[in-house]
Parts: sequence; structure tokens; C-alpha cells
Amino acid sequence: MIRARHLPFLATVLIFVLAYALCVLQFPNMLSFRVLGNLLTDNAFLGIAAVGMTFVILSGGIDLSMGSVIAFTSVLVAVLVRAGVHPALAFALALMVSTGFGALMGLTIHALKMPAFVVTLAGMFLARGAAFLLSTDSVPISHDFIKLLKGLFIRLPDKGKLSFLAILMLLAFVIGVILAHRTRFGANVYAIGGSEQSAELMGVPLRKTMVQLYAFSGFMAGLAGLAYTLYTSAGYSLATVGVELDAIAAVVVGGTLLTGGSGLVLGTLFGVLIQGLIQTYIVFDGTLSSWWTKIVIGLLLFAFIVLQRLILLVSERRAAIRSAAGG
Amino acid sequence: MTENALLQAQGIEKSFFGVKVLDGVDFSLRGGEIHALLGENGAGKSTLVKILTGAYRRDAGVMRLAGREVEPRSVAEAQDLGIGTVYQEVNLLDNLTVAENVYLGRQPRRAGLVDRRRMRADARDLLARYGVKADPDETLAHYPVAVRQIIAIARAVDLSGKVLFLDEPTASLDAREVQALFDVLRQLRAQGLGIVIITHFLDQVYQIADRVTVLRNGRMVGSRALSDLPRRDLVAMMLGRELAEVTAHRDPGAVLSDSPAAFSFKDYGKRGAIAPFDLDIRAGEVVGIAGLLGSGRTETARLLFGIDRPDSGEARVDGATVTLHSPQDAIARGFGMCPEERKSDGIIGDLSVRQNILLALQASRGWSRPIARREADALAERYIKALDIRPPDPNRPIKFLSGGNQQKVILARWLATDPRLLILDEPTRGIDIGAHAEIITLIEKLREDGMALVVISSEIEELVTFSTRVIVLSDRHHVRELRGAEITAEAIVEAMAVPGDAA
Repeated sequence: MIRARHLPFLATVLIFVLAYALCVLQFPNMLSFRVLGNLLTDNAFLGIAAVGMTFVILSGGIDLSMGSVIAFTSVLVAVLVRAGVHPALAFALALMVSTGFGALMGLTIHALKMPAFVVTLAGMFLARGAAFLLSTDSVPISHDFIKLLKGLFIRLPDKGKLSFLAILMLLAFVIGVILAHRTRFGANVYAIGGSEQSAELMGVPLRKTMVQLYAFSGFMAGLAGLAYTLYTSAGYSLATVGVELDAIAAVVVGGTLLTGGSGLVLGTLFGVLIQGLIQTYIVFDGTLSSWWTKIVIGLLLFAFIVLQRLILLVSERRAAIRSAAGG
Repeated sequence: MTENALLQAQGIEKSFFGVKVLDGVDFSLRGGEIHALLGENGAGKSTLVKILTGAYRRDAGVMRLAGREVEPRSVAEAQDLGIGTVYQEVNLLDNLTVAENVYLGRQPRRAGLVDRRRMRADARDLLARYGVKADPDETLAHYPVAVRQIIAIARAVDLSGKVLFLDEPTASLDAREVQALFDVLRQLRAQGLGIVIITHFLDQVYQIADRVTVLRNGRMVGSRALSDLPRRDLVAMMLGRELAEVTAHRDPGAVLSDSPAAFSFKDYGKRGAIAPFDLDIRAGEVVGIAGLLGSGRTETARLLFGIDRPDSGEARVDGATVTLHSPQDAIARGFGMCPEERKSDGIIGDLSVRQNILLALQASRGWSRPIARREADALAERYIKALDIRPPDPNRPIKFLSGGNQQKVILARWLATDPRLLILDEPTRGIDIGAHAEIITLIEKLREDGMALVVISSEIEELVTFSTRVIVLSDRHHVRELRGAEITAEAIVEAMAVPGDAA
């Protein structure tokens, strides 16, 4: 039986399959492992960030600092490597900083009882400013270790490659799915998204969960920053402006309720892929402006918000009829 | 009485905004007993429960569990100590599945991960013991309130090894469900659990509880065994005075049946909610609506007030056909309504008492004509005094008032708009005897002043007291209308037992 709460996810998958089919009808070349592999690689950093964003939105919060944290991490890594630090150590340091930064925001949100919007907005400016402080120019990276990572891939049929970045993103989603559905942390996040007050009265440790939640989101932002660094082989403080909004769009198009409490991590993967697919289509077409991506995403977002509202209304009506019949 | 207590509290004190809500309260609960905690609204019952269950911190006092001093700083800590709670409003999460709700925070795990299969199976087994057949994988929003309440109780019982607090557990249950719950409580008592139950139903207190502690104005009045406490004495303890004769029958001759109906509904109905009915309401009469939970009482009120749209019939006000497709339509015709779900549909918790009172009046005047501060103050003061709203502070956020006083504020809100027809859905639910009597007196007074009232209540005695007519509902049909001397508790109960399709 298809449950009402899974409808948005199914809609997302259906939209992705339909859109892909339409693309293939026009450009048969798009149906290849190469395109699919590139789709995953090109959107890896967005996908990783979107995993973190999914959790934050499921809890009813939002993390606006993500784009800035991605830029900061990438600049930090670039600067450290330039200074002679081994990339692996730089990666570890960058992840620690971004995770700690997230944890601090989570603690602030809980302790000051401030909306996540406000606290992470401050975080956004802070991280962006800190990135500028490290370097205002684009810092290129070249190191054998980085070349090694970039060279890693799993061969797919017909010259397709599942790159290290793509694997990293898929791994992030696997971790995300397990965290969301198979751990108490995941259940607590859903609970807080349903009602913070009820969750607290049911014994959900609010402070711990909020800190863990935003630490996780910070970690994923940091990981996305590393992915971005590998992807572009550089760190640039002006990069990834507004990526947090792309991530939010991917989460919502992926079927997660923007007000929290309902959605699937796996849906976000499809949300990311839909965005990537539109971009790929534009590349194949060659004449369209890349801003069409934004327009289509805007329309999809709107459609999803309407869809979720409708599902809510219909299920409320059904519940009313049921409780009337059973009461 | 002096046996070693399971849970003991001494000298508990708590203040909000400098107002003492609890003042040196002692409380003692033994294992294997069901202990009723009683008191008027604002007596401090809910606050005491919240302190004992870790939701609030106390200002002073000692708390001991099985002789050991404890200091639960959160609900989670209290749960770990073995103290479980079902709070007044069902506090589960609608967006989670049934199984997730039951096991939130204590999910069975295997190899560090939540074992969803076992969680589902356990939830199914657990709920089966309460006679609830719920799909553990369905979201809770799918189920009616009564089922959610039983799930909440099942959860609390399951996670509290020693002490269980139930704050108004039976408010949304019907008689059969109450008995099912009581069977479970007796079973738990036999297992040695200490159970504290807060309720306003004295019948239920005598039926289930062994001992009772009464609070009044934040102080403890006494703690007694129920077996040697006559009911009249208990009520006197709660009120601090003898119970006035509030349930005396009104003079049935007061029916004004000849005047034309000011409000008339013909064939009014909505599929799936309530079968088409005819209803005439005259000025100066109270139409009582009786019926079991789910018989279509609230649905009738929602239709009358335009919250739901009818799919058949017509409404007339003063003989002219009107459309009531939204509460705005209804308010424009002089309707007012106090909904059943006070917390979610009635009050706006963060606004002050004054703002809550003025809400409907301001809405009917339109936002372009704000109510002057002086007029607002005067109105708030008038209604606070007229309805004896306590504490008499118009600036206090309404969420800090007790249930009965919140209800008075909502009444004041509609009275301020000077309505011609006032619909009250369960105006006395969840409020204590004192406030209860005041609200009944108020209904009588409004009727005498020429207002038309529709009052929905599950308390039959109360309907008998103030109704000029009683409409009895069963299975979503209006099955019977009782007038004047026909209105007796027996007649209402008899009519409620009539199957709806036989009408």
C-alpha cells in the first residue's frame, strides 16, 4: 500500500524518470553511463550539502550558512596545502572546524531560543568573512594526493566513470539514510520537526539533538567543501554563493516538507539529480541560457509546495471522516 | 499512611512572574495505589505534576523516589528514574508512525541500529493489550484522538517502571474506552505501580482511586483515603465551601415557542459529517445538543458557524436566506462560537488576556479601525470583572492562565462582539466545579438577556439544567428533540441510545 507520507517522494522519482525520458527522446545520447556518471560527479558537492540540509529541514530548521562554510573549507584547505600541510591533514582539520562551527550554531539556536534562520544567517556572514580573511584570491591546489583522489574511479560500461566524488556523494546519502531511519538521532530529528514541545515532553534531549544536528549539517557542509575543492582544484572565497538555496530547493523538490517532520533523505538525491538533469539538458541543447535551470527549479519548487499542501488537506479530510466514523 | 512512600514530595514551591503557584505542597504516593490529585482550576495540579515529572524546575522543596532524593531536570531524566507521564493534551507526534511514537527515545536496537522490525512487532503486541488495533507503520495523524490517547498511555505505562502520571486521561474517551483504561490501571496497580490521576470526573475518582490529595490555590488542603471520604466532603475540600445548588432544574415554562425563529436551518447537512437536519433557534433560548463522542455534535457546530460548508439545505437569519461559508460570514450575521479544542482553536497563547478578549471584536470591525487603547482597557476590565477571570491581570499572556479562566476569556471575546447567537462547544470541559457553576450561571443570564445560545455538552445533567430545548444526536443524525418538561437525564440517555438511521 502506498502511504500518503510517501507520495511526495514517489512524485519526485516519477518526475525524474519522466524528465529523463523526455531528455532521452530529444537527445538519445543522454541515455549513457557517461552522462549519468558526470551527473553524479558534477553535483557531488551540492548533493553532500543537501544531505545535511535534509536533516536540518526535517527538524523544522534551516541552515543558511552552508554555501559560506563550503567556500571557507575550500579556502582553508587550499591555504593549508599551499603552506605545506599534507592534504589529508588539511581535510581533517577543515572537517573539524566546519563540524565545530555547526555544533556552535546548534548550541546557540537552542540556548538563545533563536530561530535557526537568524543564527545561521549570522553564521553565513561569519564563514564568508572568515574565508575572505584567509585569502581574497582564488588559491589553486596541486598535490599528488589530490591528483590521486581525483584519479580514483570505478569503471562503468561504455566509458562511464563513477568518480571518487560521485562515490563520496552516494556514501553521504547512504549514511544519511541510515542516520535518518535507523538511529535514535534520526527519530529525534523527525520528532522535533513534528513538534518541538511534544518531542521534549516525550523525552527527546533537545539540546543534544540540536547540537548533533547542526554539527552534522556543518560536517556535511565541510565535506561538500572538500568535494568542491577536489572538483575545482582550487579554493576561492567568492565561490558557492547561494549553494545553500540550491540545497534547500533540492530538499524540497525531493519531497521533504519545508516546515519539517516529513520527508526522505533519498528524495533529496532525486531532488539534486533533477537539478543536475536540467543543467545537462541545457548543455546538450547548447542554445538555452543556464538560467533556465533556476526557472524550472522555481516552478518545480512551487509545484511541490502546492502538492504537499494538497496531500495534507486530503489526508486531514480523510482523518476527519475516519475519526467521525470511528468515534 | 506512614508506610514508606514510593514517591514523596515535601514543601514544593514554585512561582511564575512573582506569583506563587505552589506554596509548600506535600505529596506522597505509595506503590500499588491509584492516587487522585484534585483541585479547582488554577489550584496548581498541572504545575505540581510538571515539577514531579521533570518538565518544570521547583523553586524549593525535596523530592524522594523510594526514599532516595531525586532531582529530575528533564522529562527524559524523570523517565529514566521510572516516572512516566501523559500530559493533559495528548502529546504525541502526528508526523511519526505509531511504532515510532511508542518507542521514541528507547527504540530496540541491534548492532547499534534501530531494529524497525522488532519495534513494529513490539508496538503491535503492546497496543493489542489495550485493545487497540493500529497499524504500527501508519502515521499517528491517521488515527482519531481517542486512539492517540490510548497510544500515549500505552507508551507512558510501558516506559515508567515505577510511577505513572495521568493528567486528564479520560477527557476525550467515551465510556467504553474509559473502562478499558481503568482495567489497565487496575492491572498496573496490582503490579505495584504508583499511579497519579488528575481528573474532573468525581465519579471516576470514586470508581478507580484509593486515595486523594486536594490542592487549593497552590496549597495542599489534605490527603485522604477515599473509602472514608463522603463525596460531599470531597467537594467541600475542593471548593473550600459547600457546593451551591447549581444543578437545580430550571423552570421549564420559560420556553418562548411562539416567537418566530431568528435563526433557521433547513435540510442543513454535510456528507460524511452530519445528516441533513432542521433547526430553529429563537432569541432567549438555549438549545442544548447532546450525543456521544463522534455523534456529530461538533460537526453540527462547525456547520452552523460556517467553518465547514454544507452540501445541502439553506440557512435563514430573520427570514432572509444567507450563505454561511466561512466564520466571517457567520460573524457578520451576529454569530459567535467557542470551540471545543481550546488550546488549538481558541486561545492565542502568547497574546495577553486583553488581546485575546479583543480579537473577535477587532476582526468584526475590520483592521482599518483599531480599537482605541482606552476602550480596550475598559472592555478587558469589564469582562475580567464580570466573568471573574483570575488572575485579574489583562497583560498576562493567556497561556499562563488555567483552563477554566482561558475558557472565560474566550467567552468574553465573543460577548464583546455582542452576538445574537452564541455557539458553545463543550464550554465546561476540563474545568473545575467552581468555574463550571459560574459558566452555567452565565449561560442562564445570557439567555435571560435575550441571546440565543447553542450549547454542546457531554454532561447531561448540565444540559438538563440550562436548556430550553435539547437536540439529541446519534450516529450523525439529529434523532430527537426534547422540550420543557420532557428534558430529563433519563430521556436524553434513552434518545442517545437510538440508532441514528432509525430516526
